[in-house]
Amino acid sequence: MSDRLPGFSTLAVHAGAQPDPTTGARATPIYQTTSFVFNDADHAASLFGLQAFGNIYTRIGNPTNAVLEERVAALEGGTAALAVASGHAAQVVILQQLLQPGDEFIAARKLYGGSINQFTHAFKSFGWNVVWADPDDIASFERAVTPRTKAIFIESIANPAGSITDIEAISTVARKAGVPLIVDNTLASPYLIRPIDHGADIVVHSLTKFLGGHGNSLGGIIVDAGTFDWSTDGKYPMLSEPRPEYHGIRLQETFGNFAFAIACRVLGLRDLGPALSPFNAFMILTGIETLPLRMQKHCDNAKAVAEFLAGHPAVASVSYAGLANDKYNQLARKYAPKGAGAVFTFSLKGGYDAGVSLVSKLQLFSHLANVGDTRSLVIHPASTTHSQLDDAAKVKSGAGPDVVRLSIGIEDKEDLIADLEQALGA
Amino acid sequence: MNHDAYPDNYIRGILNSVKSIAMVGASPVNVRPSYFAFKYLAQRGYDMIPVNPGHVGKELLGKPFVASLSDIGRPVDMIDIFRNSSHIMPVVEEALTLDPLPKVIWMQLGARDDAAAAKAESVGIKVVMNRCPKIEYGRLSSEISWMGVNSRTLSSKRAPVPTQGMRLSLNRMSMGGGDTAASDRAAKNKTEQG
Repeated sequence: MSDRLPGFSTLAVHAGAQPDPTTGARATPIYQTTSFVFNDADHAASLFGLQAFGNIYTRIGNPTNAVLEERVAALEGGTAALAVASGHAAQVVILQQLLQPGDEFIAARKLYGGSINQFTHAFKSFGWNVVWADPDDIASFERAVTPRTKAIFIESIANPAGSITDIEAISTVARKAGVPLIVDNTLASPYLIRPIDHGADIVVHSLTKFLGGHGNSLGGIIVDAGTFDWSTDGKYPMLSEPRPEYHGIRLQETFGNFAFAIACRVLGLRDLGPALSPFNAFMILTGIETLPLRMQKHCDNAKAVAEFLAGHPAVASVSYAGLANDKYNQLARKYAPKGAGAVFTFSLKGGYDAGVSLVSKLQLFSHLANVGDTRSLVIHPASTTHSQLDDAAKVKSGAGPDVVRLSIGIEDKEDLIADLEQALGA
Repeated sequence: MNHDAYPDNYIRGILNSVKSIAMVGASPVNVRPSYFAFKYLAQRGYDMIPVNPGHVGKELLGKPFVASLSDIGRPVDMIDIFRNSSHIMPVVEEALTLDPLPKVIWMQLGARDDAAAAKAESVGIKVVMNRCPKIEYGRLSSEISWMGVNSRTLSSKRAPVPTQGMRLSLNRMSMGGGDTAASDRAAKNKTEQG
């Protein structure tokens, strides 16, 4: 047996999966069952006490979901992962392990609009207080740190404009503050950026987007980098203190560098309940097998479309980090050399009305609230994903009234450009 | 040996070759990690010996406790130390008085004493620090994958159905070995900071 690190595409196909023990089935079976039979009373007690490896109940773990978890952990370079029902569910589960009521976390202002809502309203009602910082101004993160800060949250490629975040600079702030850095890597996928290589302690994804990739299944995942020491000062009691739910087990002591993923499973998923359907896990796994092929095509198409738009007389500006003159091009070259993703925004000289007109005239682009589909998608963030923000916050998060967001699919780029041309020109 | 990142072949070689394991600090309390690591390794076919002076006269899963390594009275292949880093050296020093010497000294997750490790290695004993043999066995056999853990191994062979008392194959294709690069770096930084 040689110790050799397989390439990304090999991991995308194989990691976590092997032929089924009983049937020899080569594709990962869908274990569509709620529960699993115990060998005997002692086996049951060992499983419930976290003392043995194995399955109990699909709300806590499922063999199909476990393949997905190991595969994404391998692709991200993490020690373990936990799949849940959606990206939003993943965020709840993560912060439940880190924050007590009255605590704070710092979040980049440029985020998916749904995350901004979740942090501002739902999390506030739990007593988890978000403090906003500007990802283009690293010092704003340093200034936001207080003794109650428990985590920093950023997106690698940020919604909606596809801007690139300086992960290493912010990880330095997190390290100095003694808190974990959480990176939402949804828009990049590990094919373009592996945040753990740049200092992330926890990676979160909406699997619904590029990882699943086909717009057919919701899912979320949490990846533990295995890098953060949870044992200091009782700052993270869910991990460092004896857990009464499990007869006084200390998770960090027992599980070492994958204790965070275990905490998310046995304290988060078990008690909050947002389990992923094994059927969705199967669909997402099938999507991941072609991630490297799809992601490259998404990026190549996006660059071609962005270049076309940048040269069009009706277009006021294009925000795509893959363009040589873009504000984020230097960061894109550093963090995402294979491509700057496939989600970006542009604004029209005709403002809000021109945006609405464009969306209505497009024939191939679908007008809907998702990204990371095989199909090309279009939306007007100010009236949809970011509509709950006030006007100033819309502009700050890159979703002003004249902005249109595209998610470029894997169709032929000539057809996408022709569709945009007819919709802009007529 | 570089104790910041172990190649899988090193760990695999140890777990495939040792037969008897004396566990120093084994606890009869069934929620302590030493208890369930002991139980798991016994279920996977290792000849387990519990060492804990506080429990002499009692048994752990049918195996009688002994007070110290020198009380075992027969050769042991591996000594698994379930003690804090500050209590490692006296155990290693005692191990070095055994005849024959053990082949492996293993220090549990969280435990590391580089001076003790150097002493053991100078007489040809293999040393593993800050790892758990249960986790490593589960990882290399892929049994731990059921918990979403990155086993860092691949296989296109049919997976075994683990049953009580069964040894599992550890001969899967490894992805670079040990823990992930990032977690190894973090552990190294922590060691250097003391």
